[in-house]
Amino acid sequence: MPTETSRSVIAVRNVRKTYRSTVAVDDVSFDVFDGEIFGLIGPNGAGKTTTMECVQGLRTPDRGTISVLGLDPFRDVYALQDRIGAQLQQAQLQKRIKVWEAVHLWAALYRRPVADGERLLEQLGLAEKRNAWFMTLSGGQKQRLFIVLALINDPDVVFLDELTTGLDPQARRTIWELVRDIRHRGKTVFLTTHLMEEAERLCDRVAILDHGRIIDMDTPDGLVRRYCPERTVVLKTDDGNAEPAFRAMSGVGQVIAEDGRLTVRGNGDHFITEVIRCLSEHRIHVTEFRTVMPTLEDVFLKVTGHSIRD
Amino acid sequence: MLRGLLRLTWIEIKVFMREPLGAIGSIVMPVLVFVLFGRLGRAIAPERRISTSEFFGVNVPVFVAILIAMNAVLSLVAIISIYREGGILKRLRATPLRPWTILSAHVIVKLLLTVVTLALMILAGRRYYPTGIDVPVISFGIALIISTWSILSIGFLIASIVPTARFAQPIGAAILYPMLALSGLFIPLHLLPEWLRHFPLTYAVSLLQGIWKGEPWSAHLGDVGVLALVFVVCTAVSAKVFRWE
Repeated sequence: MPTETSRSVIAVRNVRKTYRSTVAVDDVSFDVFDGEIFGLIGPNGAGKTTTMECVQGLRTPDRGTISVLGLDPFRDVYALQDRIGAQLQQAQLQKRIKVWEAVHLWAALYRRPVADGERLLEQLGLAEKRNAWFMTLSGGQKQRLFIVLALINDPDVVFLDELTTGLDPQARRTIWELVRDIRHRGKTVFLTTHLMEEAERLCDRVAILDHGRIIDMDTPDGLVRRYCPERTVVLKTDDGNAEPAFRAMSGVGQVIAEDGRLTVRGNGDHFITEVIRCLSEHRIHVTEFRTVMPTLEDVFLKVTGHSIRD
Repeated sequence: MLRGLLRLTWIEIKVFMREPLGAIGSIVMPVLVFVLFGRLGRAIAPERRISTSEFFGVNVPVFVAILIAMNAVLSLVAIISIYREGGILKRLRATPLRPWTILSAHVIVKLLLTVVTLALMILAGRRYYPTGIDVPVISFGIALIISTWSILSIGFLIASIVPTARFAQPIGAAILYPMLALSGLFIPLHLLPEWLRHFPLTYAVSLLQGIWKGEPWSAHLGDVGVLALVFVVCTAVSAKVFRWE
């Protein structure tokens, strides 16, 4: 987690990028701090990849300034490439390149001392595939190989663009574990995703991007607390006193009885404790109890007025 | 960055050789054509030395050499557009590799392929053309490299402009094959209207024919000049319009 003293390794100020008449990124500013996992979240076409590629030096913004590790991604692009690692969205390798050849090739491209490729292959579970052609790898294996290539120069910052798109849930979870490992090695991770669950599970901080603009930026928890303070408790009870008791409770917004279950809604962090206290005060016997927490998905809907899947 | 260039070149060679028909289409086919024409030539004019017959002695080898160059160029066009479409070029660019290094690797692979195929053609010729080939082989090799290099730049220009991999090779062929038909190999140049005598391939054919026949380089400086000009212009335009993705 970043603290007040965290060093900003990526500083983006007022960046704007247009493609002909379309504004892809509009006046975007943010910092990524040393050692954190920072996520740019938003639907497809929000400008996530464009923003990231400007930061990586693969695109030139029309306006604004970017500094990565103290370097200008446009002027010092090769010096920067030497110190960052990248996985690009929908990138491929030569169909018939072998896994070890790709690692061997990438190791030759950097001036700084490179990481042990064979060890990386082992750590990412690709040791057995080292002689396989790229085209024969599964989606998850390809992404893991791209992570190996992104780490081969022992980079200070790792860029991951839609890393788990198109992977099955199992492979996705494996990759998440690997990304956390990258942070444990002391590296900064800058990722984009349109999967809110991924952002919630991985990111220390996220910026919500919609139509090329950053709408807000905070920890996932912080955003949920700010935009969706509503808490929901769903419980099952035969006690007829339960419903009036909840209605009488302070801070309750809504009580719905449906299918033998009570849904109680209210605001604030203390709400759930209040519900439990109410239950114990009235000695209400409960056979089922669960809380429903709002997610980043709800936050997104709230701040943009549309679902991320639209 | 030399280490990166060498390793990328070596990997591109290996990847190319693994492609089905990659080696066969590019190396075996031209050599086979050469050998078949050689036998045909022997059957038609058994008593004559191969190098004295204009058709079998000069046009066939030059045709095969041009075929080698065309194969290289069309293959380059296909590879560049496939690499672009697949995001391979972009992925390579997100490294400290300089853009010219990435593209040079492919040009080197194609030039090497051209030289190897030519060497095999000459070797096969020694075996199948019973009277041997008494031509300045080294000079001819250099002439072929110059020609291929120049036509490769046309290939790059095509690869820069053509939007999708699907169309890259057909469009490349549609541009290059008519140029070959009008290069003077099949129809004598003097039968063509003046404005059809100046395609880049025409100069390549003139250079290759001359060197094969043993004419001095000084007689073909004009051809070399035009080929160099084609290279400079196509490379400059490609640099402007080349798209990495």
